[in-house]
Amino acid sequence: MNSLVEPRKWERLFWPLFVSALLLGAWHYCVVWTATKIFPSPLEVERGMAQLFHENVLWRDIYDSLRRVAVGFGAAAALGIPLGLTLGWYPAADQVVNPVMQILRPISPIAWIPVAIIFFGVGDHAAVFLIFLGAFFPIVVACIDGVSNVPSVYRRAGRNFGLAPWQLLTRVVFPASLPQIIVGLRIALGIAWLVVVAAEMIAVDSGLGYLIIDSRNSGKRYDLVVAAMLLIGLIGLALDVAFRRLEKLKSVRWGFRNEA
Amino acid sequence: MSSMEALAIPVALQTKLRAEHVNMVFRRDGKETSVLRDINLDVGDGEFLCLLGPSGCGKSTLLNTMAGFLSPTSGQITVDGEAVRGPDPRRIFVFQERGVFPWLTVEGNIEFGLFKLPREERERRVAHYIQMVGLKGFEKSYPPELSGGMKQRLEVARALAVNPDMLLLDEPFGALDSITRLIMRGELLRIWQAERKTIIFVTHDIDEAVQLADRVVVMSARPAHIQEIVTIDIPHPRDISSPRYLELRDGIFKQIGLAHKI
Repeated sequence: MNSLVEPRKWERLFWPLFVSALLLGAWHYCVVWTATKIFPSPLEVERGMAQLFHENVLWRDIYDSLRRVAVGFGAAAALGIPLGLTLGWYPAADQVVNPVMQILRPISPIAWIPVAIIFFGVGDHAAVFLIFLGAFFPIVVACIDGVSNVPSVYRRAGRNFGLAPWQLLTRVVFPASLPQIIVGLRIALGIAWLVVVAAEMIAVDSGLGYLIIDSRNSGKRYDLVVAAMLLIGLIGLALDVAFRRLEKLKSVRWGFRNEA
Repeated sequence: MSSMEALAIPVALQTKLRAEHVNMVFRRDGKETSVLRDINLDVGDGEFLCLLGPSGCGKSTLLNTMAGFLSPTSGQITVDGEAVRGPDPRRIFVFQERGVFPWLTVEGNIEFGLFKLPREERERRVAHYIQMVGLKGFEKSYPPELSGGMKQRLEVARALAVNPDMLLLDEPFGALDSITRLIMRGELLRIWQAERKTIIFVTHDIDEAVQLADRVVVMSARPAHIQEIVTIDIPHPRDISSPRYLELRDGIFKQIGLAHKI
């Protein structure tokens, strides 16, 4: 097949569904052939998921997880974007802060769990703090890179038209780096969704992460464990798809390669 | 000869921009490179001047010092008798079409420099210049949807909208195909004749210089100094197969040291 040929509409839907069905089939027969008593088959997982929905705990857990991500990610964006823009704008400040950031950045938010519990106790605040940490650094770094990659012709044009430094930042540098900032936000949101599950396993007693650990601890309900895992995957996908819509906005679309 | 030249230039030229003993030395990795050497030049008000020279000779550097983006190592540039200390909306630098802002529509780009004006005046100017550069119907389009020539016209419109005294164009048509380039030269002349701005136009294309300019400043290879200033005493529209055109063009070819044969 020629790689330049656009796949037809039905093909774009059919093949992904076909592969999913294939995987489900493989999973089903693996369970049957190995005659495992512990690992659930797809049908058992489906029943488990239905049970969760009926008991109405699931909505509560989904809501709690999303709420924690919204608060933690929101705070990371609210602090990270201005900080990143400032550091990108003043390279001298960046040089001062950069070493500290480079040391903090590779530390997994999971490693912060004991520290978070000392700071905030076991509870919501600790979980939100961990999500904040996970999302904060990618956002700051994306903003710094975004600002320093703004072509000098744009800055010069802005100065030529008599913009004050503050106007230059808001009217030229910010919109010019926005595509890169959006990419950073998207990566950060993905990380936030990873971290929330881990945080909920330890610090709180609600949310999808807690659902997994609780299902295992109270009677080894692996059908519920896998059901929760699949839900986490689906919601993560939905978040990413929703965020990708931002990239289609006309004022940032120029910054994405395949949309030139 | 000199009396004929005076006749051919229709405007009484008052000095708009003056460069006096401008030298520029770049220092990189402990090495000094002299880029401009003792440039002395008067540009008349409303004049169309071309700076012509080989690639990398320093003519863009000279244009950048005139715009105020760079300051000369020694010497000074004055505009209306006032020393240039930085970029100013009264003289707008036009880059190749890369200078338009891709996050703004055609309208948004033209309006960019008009933030100090009341809304009605902004709208009036945007409409006027969209009309002038022939972008009507594309008001809401974004630059990636436009062709190279359209983007270039958009950048010229954005520059003209702030009503500058001077346009500084740095090889503005360099990235366009040869047919579009010819059309754009005609457009630029039309706009220049309508608006009577002082235009300083950097190019390495001898034909382009002779077609457009009142005077062509021929610059040497680096360090650039002014080799000769050629007055193009042919009225517009210019017949580019006329003997006088060919004579002037050949003169510049020889001046640059190129035999006119391939």
